[in-house]
Amino acid sequence: MEQNAHFEGLSGQVIHDEIVPARAPWLHRVKAGETLRVVDVEGNQAVDFLLYATADDAERFSAQDTIASQSNIFLRTGSVLLSNEGRPMMTIVATSVDYHDMIGGACSCESNSLRYGHHTKSQHACVDNFLEANLRDGRGKRDIVSNVNFFMNVPVEPDGTLGIVDGISAPGLTVDLRAEMDVTVVVSNCPQINNPCNGFNPTPVRMIVAA
Amino acid sequence: MSALADPGAARAHARAMGGTVVEAMPILPPRADDLPAGVAPDDLLWEETIAAGGYASRILPRGSRLRLIDLHGDACASLLLFNAAMPTERLNIADTVKVQWDAYPAAGSLLLSDMGRVLASIEQDEAATHDAFCGASNEASNRNRYGNGSNSGAYPNARDRLLLGAAKHGLGRRDVHPCINLFKGVRIGADGDVTAQLGPFAPGRSLVLRAEMDLILVIANCPHVLDPRPWSVTPLRATAWRGAVAAEDDPIRTATPERLRAFLNTEDLYR
Repeated sequence: MEQNAHFEGLSGQVIHDEIVPARAPWLHRVKAGETLRVVDVEGNQAVDFLLYATADDAERFSAQDTIASQSNIFLRTGSVLLSNEGRPMMTIVATSVDYHDMIGGACSCESNSLRYGHHTKSQHACVDNFLEANLRDGRGKRDIVSNVNFFMNVPVEPDGTLGIVDGISAPGLTVDLRAEMDVTVVVSNCPQINNPCNGFNPTPVRMIVAA
Repeated sequence: MSALADPGAARAHARAMGGTVVEAMPILPPRADDLPAGVAPDDLLWEETIAAGGYASRILPRGSRLRLIDLHGDACASLLLFNAAMPTERLNIADTVKVQWDAYPAAGSLLLSDMGRVLASIEQDEAATHDAFCGASNEASNRNRYGNGSNSGAYPNARDRLLLGAAKHGLGRRDVHPCINLFKGVRIGADGDVTAQLGPFAPGRSLVLRAEMDLILVIANCPHVLDPRPWSVTPLRATAWRGAVAAEDDPIRTATPERLRAFLNTEDLYR
């Protein structure tokens, strides 16, 4: 792994550095002012991403508030991830990918049964990762809402047709998020193998926190 | 000093208000003179006009139909749906658009739960301007736009209205999930830009939802979060009646493989 390239342009002192294995959940608290870098280590690996206010986790990331506030469905450099109460949670201060998804949501055993057939119901899915991580932290199913999908590409055609298509990320591309409040980050390193969101091959991602 | 110094006078005063008729109110027992052909008056479940800036919540049984009418062309019905038997199951907007490969819910679309089941189908739709992306206004967004967004002020926000409606079914802040806005729409541009379709539209546009599960529904009727006008919203009429569950050959049920599997999963819940 090209260790050094993953730190390029990241200012401050690294206080956390972790590889999230393919298909696994991840939970980490990031304090206001710290920067979280997510590294798409091998390229085109969807990172399903939720945020909770650490001080009051009924306040959480809201894709709809974020879309409305910027009148755009994509996350780009400068996008502010808003909570369900309209407060800034994190800001994308830099990303080497053109845009990230906020409308595709998370795969689940149940939605897989609709999208691909009931033979996929036994496969691992992001909602199960979200549940596992949240259950460890005192949250449950009610706390799972529409999420960000970093490194995932969901275009909307003029007639409204939308879908998860080939990614626009590449090995080593990153997104940097500055915490605007103390946040609890919950991630599913997406295990999906029935659509191109992970290039049909789930891979590890790297999480680096700088302060 | 008022003339209501004793309880008897206060009672007489309160009772004298009975029978007052205003536009935005429930009608009990429900009564509607414009039911579709074939719907018996005895099957009527709900008749209410929801105020501009108001909200309503209700349990509706599987198979029932809910007709919403944008009476004056400027309603915005922000809708939450829950499985009444297990409210942790609720509308999942991302699955609704992703599973159906369609950003724009309209006639024939399903509103899907987070459990791979269909909560409701859009059986008829004269509007076709709906919004699965922008969600509800909140106290902060209304404060920014109108100077105030509180329930107690003149410009209540949709999220806090939904919260009150949900709370009346024992639900709380963790349960106010991403909503769909009916009657106000959006279109998505090639670069991801969101353009709102805010009207005002022709008065009287309607849509009919079919409940595919026993539902808790919560509706807020507040201005769309992207509406740049001074506070603009008009009353919303809700009428519901009992009806049949989707038949095996129902055209909505069988329209696509994804929709058929959503019905199969739902029917499995009621086996």
